[in-house]
Order: sequence, then C-alpha cells, then structure tokens
Amino acid sequence: MIEFESVSKRFPDGTVAVDDVSLVAPQGKLTVLVGPSGCGKTTSLAMVNRLVDVTSGRILVDGKDVSQTDRVELRRGIGYVIQHSGLFPHRTVLDNVTTVPRLLGWDKKKTRERAYELIEMVGLSTEQAGRYPAQLSGGQQQRVGVARALASDPPVMLMDEPFSAVDPVVRSSLQDEFLRLQDQVGKTILFVTHDIDEAIKLGDKVAVFAEGGHLAQIDSPGDLLAAPADGFVASFVGRDRGYRRLQFLPSEGVGVRSAPTARIGDRALDGWTLAVDGDDRPLGWLAPGADSVSQDRLEPLGSTFTKTDSLRAALEAVLVSPAGLAVRLDDDGCVDGVVDHATLAEHHQASSQTADSGQESR
Amino acid sequence: MDWGWIVDNRDLILELLIEHIWLSAIPVVIGLAVALVLGVLAHTYRWAYPPLLVVVGVLYTIPSLALFIVLPVVLGTQILNPLNILIALTIYSGALLVRTVVDGLDAVPPAVRKAAEGLGYKRLTRIVTVELPIAIPVIVAGLRVVTVANISMVSVGALIGIGGLGELFTSGFQIRFVTEIIVGLVLSLLLAVTADLLLVFLQRKTTPWDRLGATA
Repeated sequence: MIEFESVSKRFPDGTVAVDDVSLVAPQGKLTVLVGPSGCGKTTSLAMVNRLVDVTSGRILVDGKDVSQTDRVELRRGIGYVIQHSGLFPHRTVLDNVTTVPRLLGWDKKKTRERAYELIEMVGLSTEQAGRYPAQLSGGQQQRVGVARALASDPPVMLMDEPFSAVDPVVRSSLQDEFLRLQDQVGKTILFVTHDIDEAIKLGDKVAVFAEGGHLAQIDSPGDLLAAPADGFVASFVGRDRGYRRLQFLPSEGVGVRSAPTARIGDRALDGWTLAVDGDDRPLGWLAPGADSVSQDRLEPLGSTFTKTDSLRAALEAVLVSPAGLAVRLDDDGCVDGVVDHATLAEHHQASSQTADSGQESR
Repeated sequence: MDWGWIVDNRDLILELLIEHIWLSAIPVVIGLAVALVLGVLAHTYRWAYPPLLVVVGVLYTIPSLALFIVLPVVLGTQILNPLNILIALTIYSGALLVRTVVDGLDAVPPAVRKAAEGLGYKRLTRIVTVELPIAIPVIVAGLRVVTVANISMVSVGALIGIGGLGELFTSGFQIRFVTEIIVGLVLSLLLAVTADLLLVFLQRKTTPWDRLGATA
C-alpha cells in the first residue's frame, strides 16, 4: 500500500508542483495518476522512490515513511518502469532484467532462472535474452522494462508513462498484456499517464490531478465517469463518458429471451433466424424471407457477449448484429439467448440507478 | 633512395620506432586516466566544468616546443630527460580528453540515467558501470584524435634531442640525406595508421551493442 498524507512539493524557484495531496494506492491494486502536463503527477510518483523529496507531508510505502528509508535501499525495493524504457543499451536483455538482483547480490543462477521466466512472462522469447535493446522494437523494449522492474519481485511498482512512446496499436496490446500480468502478480502499482483512456482502461482507482498540483478526484473508473467531482474532471474525462461508462456496468441480469435458432437444412423461421450447429454454437444470421437455412446465405454473426461481459460488450453486439439482436453465449460457447436494443436500454436505466446509489462493481 | 643505408641502420631505426611508440602511448594512457577522473568530477559537480574548460583550453594553446623547453626549468629535469616529453604530451592528452569524457557522459540518454537512479544504483557505481561504458564510442573518438596528434608531436621533441622517429628528420635535414627523412616520414605515418586501426578494433570489441540500431 502506498499512502500520501498531505504531501506538497515546492521547488526552490517557488513553483508548487504538488499541493497538499492525500491519497491511498491500495494493496495489490493499480492506481493511476492522470492529468494534463505540469499537474504534478510525475513529481508525485518521483517522491515515492525519492528521486524528488517532499517539502511537507509524508509518503508511506507499506506503512514505512520513505523519508526514513535509505534512498538506495528504498529504490531497490520498488519496481520502476519509465517512458522510452530506459534500458541499458550496452547490456543484453538478460543483463538488463537481472539489474536489481545483481545490485542486491542475489544468487546468480537463481537470478538467471527467474529472469528467463520473466522474459517469457512479458511475452518475449528466451532467444531474445541475448539481444541488445537496439535490436528490439519499441514495444519489446517496454516489455523488457517491465520484466526488469519485476526481477526482484518487489511488492510495489512505479510506472511513469510506460506505454506513451509506442504507437497506438502496440500500446493497446501492451496494456492488455499488462493487465493479464497484473492479474498474476498482483502488485501495488502507481501508474502515471496523461491519457485518460489508458487510465480508465488500466486503473482500479484513478486519481485525476488538476493544474497547480492538486488532486481533483480519486475514484474507481466507473464512478469517475458517472460522477465527475467538478467541471475540470468532467471536461478532462471528456466526451463519450456515458458510453465508456457502460464497460463498468455488468450485463448480468439483462433480460435475454430465447433465440430464434434453427439448424442448417431446417425450415427458416419468420423474421431473422439464428443458424446453429449440432451443439447449438452460432453460425450466422439468416435474413427473413428464406425458405430453409443454408450455409451460403448466412450473414456474419458480428460479436457476441457472455454473462460476465459488460453492458458495453452487449451493446456493441447489438449494434453490429444484422438482426439487431445480440447473441449471448454460455461458458461452452453455446447460444444462451438474445437481447434487443430496447431491453438493453431498460436494463441500463435500471442498473445506472443502482450504481448511483453506490452499489456498482467493476 | 639509399636502401643500403636502411639495412645498415635497421637497429637504430627500430630503436627510434620503439622510443616513438612509448613516447606517444604512455601520455595517452596517463592522460586518459587523469581525464576520466577530472571528467567524472566535472560531470558530477557541474559548477566545476566551466573553469576546468578554461584551464584545459589555456594548456592546450601552449605551443609544444615552448612546453618542451619550459618544462625542464619548471621540473628541474635535464633537458635530455624523456620525462619532459612525456609530461608535456600527457598535459595535452589530458586536456583534450577531459572534454571528450564529459561529452561522452553528457551523451548518455536521460532515460537511461533516470532508470539507473530509480533502480537503486549508487552514484559512483552508476557512472562506472552504466554511464562510462555507454560513453565509450565518444571517448574512443577522442582517443583516436589524441593518439594521432601525439604520434606527430613526438617528432617535435627531436628539436630538443628526444623525438623518436623525429630524430631521423632532424639528422636527415642536417646532412641533406633524403632517405633518412623518408624513412622517418613513412614509419610515422604507418605508426599513426596502425594505432588508429587498433583503437577502432578495440572499440568494436568493447561495444558490440553500438552498431546494432541500423540493422535491427
């Protein structure tokens, strides 16, 4: 757990970078600090591993005041990932990853084994362990940066815009992979970004910083989208927040009805027919007016959703379905039912009211 | 060309070549050591760099012949003591290389330095194991200039009696013997080219990571 207690940072020239910030980054969760440039989010992060010292207030990492801990020792106990990877160009991937264990004087063999494990965990092959950073793509370099931060298995990680310098497609896949990784390792993470979409996507909690270094709001992404604390947060969170919030509302409980299914060769139903195979797995939609269900007349299914998906996934499935019906699948991938737009809208209205009374879950 | 003279004097020529090599190499080594220490200090304590630059700038503008003659007076050494040449060239080498070392350290990407600091490197360990290795290509570029400059400056020492292959020039001029001058010239050139190639080879061996970006 990382705690900020009334933390301020005033630089010698008088500028206030961070103004009386109090926040808690809970154990095992990813807390994002987001805001426009110059809002103090990076300074806040740098105060945790004492690259910058606080002017007043305290920062506690797992209950210990960082100002009471030796800088070097403190830093070796905290994973650190930065923009542009900051990999050591003169060292191989393997040697980069083993940096902190070597500084700590750990057993060489154990360190190497652990490093190979991590290299695979972040999605690189062990053959790449002997390469130099210049031989890797930007996305691969960031992965090595993450592996390096995890090498000594620190409970706490600081990530300073780690995915900002790669192109959007790579960024998105790095984010997905990182979420999967975090599911496995469950680190307490403080993550800085200027990208609100990234914050919403990755954060268990999102802290929005405003100019002048003050914390405007800290909440779960869903609550942030549902109830911005003020005009600044509302405008920073931006357009589409109503739509984006759907991803934090569960689709479970939405009224699905039984699907108009038929197998290949069967007579077509009135209206749209959902063709399924022998195991009830969906094949595609058949437009009204056909006599029988034949494979070559099917229109593509579009996307489907499951009970555990968000309302956003369900809505997306409705929007892309040629029949205007979203197909829900059960755990075996069999058709579970369909839902139309009106039913989703009703469900949305009902669940928004529940969420506003504070029962939203992510 | 008097080939017979070369054969007759091969021992003398070899002796002068060897003298030339150590007279130019030792100052590079000591100059580099001094420059590394001063460069790291100037890089760490930034305020010290501008005055240091002034000092090394002034040192470098002293004409070599003047230094060769003044040093014995200052040091109390004999005029024919090779130490005079060694110290003079060490001053030049160090003066040039300090700048190179600081430039090399400054060229380390800020993200690399920040990462090293954030991962928990102590300052000196960081400079020695991260920043200096990354500065090698820049430092070697400076070493090549200094080495070749030294090889040519050693010859000037011949004017005060100690100058390796340069002594072939002075005596050749005195007796108007072209072969001797040509031998000195060709060997000096060969020595400079060999030393330069050796440094390039050394750099390739120590920095296998440096030329990868283009091929990746």
